[in-house]
Amino acid sequence: MSLSASTRAVPSGSPDGETSSGADLTLERITKDFGSFVAVDDLSLTVPSGSFFALLGPSGCGKTTTLRMVAGLERPSSGRILIGGQDVTSTRAHQRPVNTVFQSYALFPHLTVIENVAFGLRRTRAANPLGRAGDALDLVELRHLADRRPSQLSGGQQQRVALARAMVNNPAVLLLDEPLGALDLKLRRQMQVELKRIQTEVGLTFVHVTHDQEEAMTMADTVAVMNAGRIEQLGAPADLYELPRTAFVANFLGQSNLLGGTVVETVDGIMGVDVAGRRIRVPVDRAVSTSGDVLVGVRPEKLRLVREGEEPAPGTNWVGPGAVTDVSFSGVSTQYQVMVPGLGTLSVFSQNVAGRGEVRLGEQVRLACDVDFTFGLDGAEDATSGAVDLDDPGA
Amino acid sequence: MTIVSAIGHGPGNGPASPPPAAQGRRGRSGAYLLLLPGMAYLTLFFVFPVVALLLTSLYAPVPGGDIGQYQPAFEWRNYVVALSSYWPQMLRSFLYALTATVAAFLIGYPMAYVIAVRARGRPFLQGMLLVLVIAPFFTSFILRTIAWKQILADESFVVAALRAVQLLPPDGRLTATGFAVVCGLTYNFLPFMTLPIYASLERLDPRLVEAGGDLYAGAPTTFLRVTLPLSMPGVVSGTLLTFIPASGDYVNSVLLGNNTTTMIGQVIDSRFFKVADYPSAAALSVVLMAAILLLVSAYVRRSGTEELL
Ligand SMILES: Nc1ncnc2c1ncn2[C@@H]1O[C@H](COP(=O)(O)OP(=O)(O)O)[C@@H](O)[C@H]1O
Ligand SMILES: [Mg+2]
Repeated sequence: MSLSASTRAVPSGSPDGETSSGADLTLERITKDFGSFVAVDDLSLTVPSGSFFALLGPSGCGKTTTLRMVAGLERPSSGRILIGGQDVTSTRAHQRPVNTVFQSYALFPHLTVIENVAFGLRRTRAANPLGRAGDALDLVELRHLADRRPSQLSGGQQQRVALARAMVNNPAVLLLDEPLGALDLKLRRQMQVELKRIQTEVGLTFVHVTHDQEEAMTMADTVAVMNAGRIEQLGAPADLYELPRTAFVANFLGQSNLLGGTVVETVDGIMGVDVAGRRIRVPVDRAVSTSGDVLVGVRPEKLRLVREGEEPAPGTNWVGPGAVTDVSFSGVSTQYQVMVPGLGTLSVFSQNVAGRGEVRLGEQVRLACDVDFTFGLDGAEDATSGAVDLDDPGA
Repeated sequence: MTIVSAIGHGPGNGPASPPPAAQGRRGRSGAYLLLLPGMAYLTLFFVFPVVALLLTSLYAPVPGGDIGQYQPAFEWRNYVVALSSYWPQMLRSFLYALTATVAAFLIGYPMAYVIAVRARGRPFLQGMLLVLVIAPFFTSFILRTIAWKQILADESFVVAALRAVQLLPPDGRLTATGFAVVCGLTYNFLPFMTLPIYASLERLDPRLVEAGGDLYAGAPTTFLRVTLPLSMPGVVSGTLLTFIPASGDYVNSVLLGNNTTTMIGQVIDSRFFKVADYPSAAALSVVLMAAILLLVSAYVRRSGTEELL
């Protein structure tokens, strides 16, 4: 899809007539309970105007509920919602300058594609609804299907109609509830790029809900990782990845090796942690907790395999030796599983750079890592929290 | 589009499924065999009688014969005579049926809406309410209509109350009026209106209603632009199932009306059974059938439910 020519065609002017390129969205201590079940628990966050914000979390963690409260389709049990500084908590859905791309698209089956897109414009009595709806269809490259009915479109096309129908109203905040969830992998990757480009071009505030961590990281400026109704951590994708603050984030956003240990000393901003008898060093400013029991974390691609006869670089952390129990080659990289007695199985990604000999199954290796790449988490946490369960197709 | 296809179809939400890959010839003709019992039944009890009806409507009296003795002929003047004598009753039937249909819609739609939409997710409550809608069918048609006769009678509390609040003049009455007949028709056919609308609304995806709200439509607009159009198949079925039998009804006008509220069904009944004037009874029946067919096809065409199918 090309956007250049048609971008200007996107209408400006929010329902109340004023021009907006998105507005700040603020949730203040929002809680939502369904009977005794707390779906969203004391959640606060701010989405800056014009940003692409991703709400990332596993299925059932309360993402849709949060989005529905912003849209006005669900009322918070407590807390406040502000859009552009205005408290909208007690207003109804149709009064909010917010539009949603629904998880199921929710296109009107009795209306043509163009009438679906023009629906919001007609309600706000905007000028030239059909012309603007047509322009929005240009943006998603579906103008030629304007007179079809939704049931005559493919899933990907329906998804784009839903996007056009929401975007054409130029909302202060555009909410997207797993909009790509029903698409196949290839189309999903393609639409991720398109969606990101459209957002950059039109400058709307996007709040994008997904359970796909790769999707969140590639698209969003800011990612909020959500778990059991709470935000675990919020930040730029790279920051979250490099410095997760909870075991859940460390495991859900990419993979992590988390090793239990005890802080035994702190010298010059580096703490020494006893991990199964070895001293591992972790920068204090990369640790959530700096005394007692901690979890020491390191990303698989930050680990290097040290073969017999080699020595770890001086000043690095290392553990082992342990036996290589699994080697899976994927072209760009190879993933190794190494069973280290007393620590369990660690995961290592290694780039297939020319000239490096291949490590074989069963070989005894040590695992080394720069001190600056390790991070420290609260030792009371469950080290497996948020880890992807390969048996769970919903994960 | 045919009338039959207007009935009992919901909005097509899912993409139209492609036809299954070509099956063997035997599989296909096997499927058509399933039509046989229905076709046989309809041929025996619908096609033959209709042909007989058409023929009878053109019969002429046997010259010098007794009352009720007719012979095959092509006496098209039967139609002229019947229509010129009974067009007021014919017109009145359609007027009453139309009024009753509109009244049944106004009562039935909100009822169906509450059961299908407001009580959604509470199957027990829905079941109870539906039983209440159908409950009148547990007693006989005649008994129910006679009950109305009691309710609207001069000495009933309804009439007393209406007189008390001066909605009815002191000597005004409800029984033996057109109003009573329309009340009876509305009541007797109400479930036929309510149930198809309920079925349509039950299938309505609540997320579409939410989408309406999300797209700046308040509750009334969402109802008019989303809910009502998507329930049109039910509305069309309901109005047809009410209007068609109500136009031909003769029980309500007999029991609740007087000689100024005579409906065409009553005329046909008396021409046939009382004076043995079979040709004119048949001619009136044919005209009634044709008129209903015309009205109904015009209605279905105008209501534009094709787009929902
Ligand atoms: N209307 C409701 N009534 C009761 N429980 C609900 C309702 N809506 C959502 N929930 C529960 O709240 C939790 C969060 O749901 P949801 O926000 O849809 O999760 P997500 O979108 O992250 O998958 C789920 O456990 C779900 O069962
Ligand atoms: Mg969801």
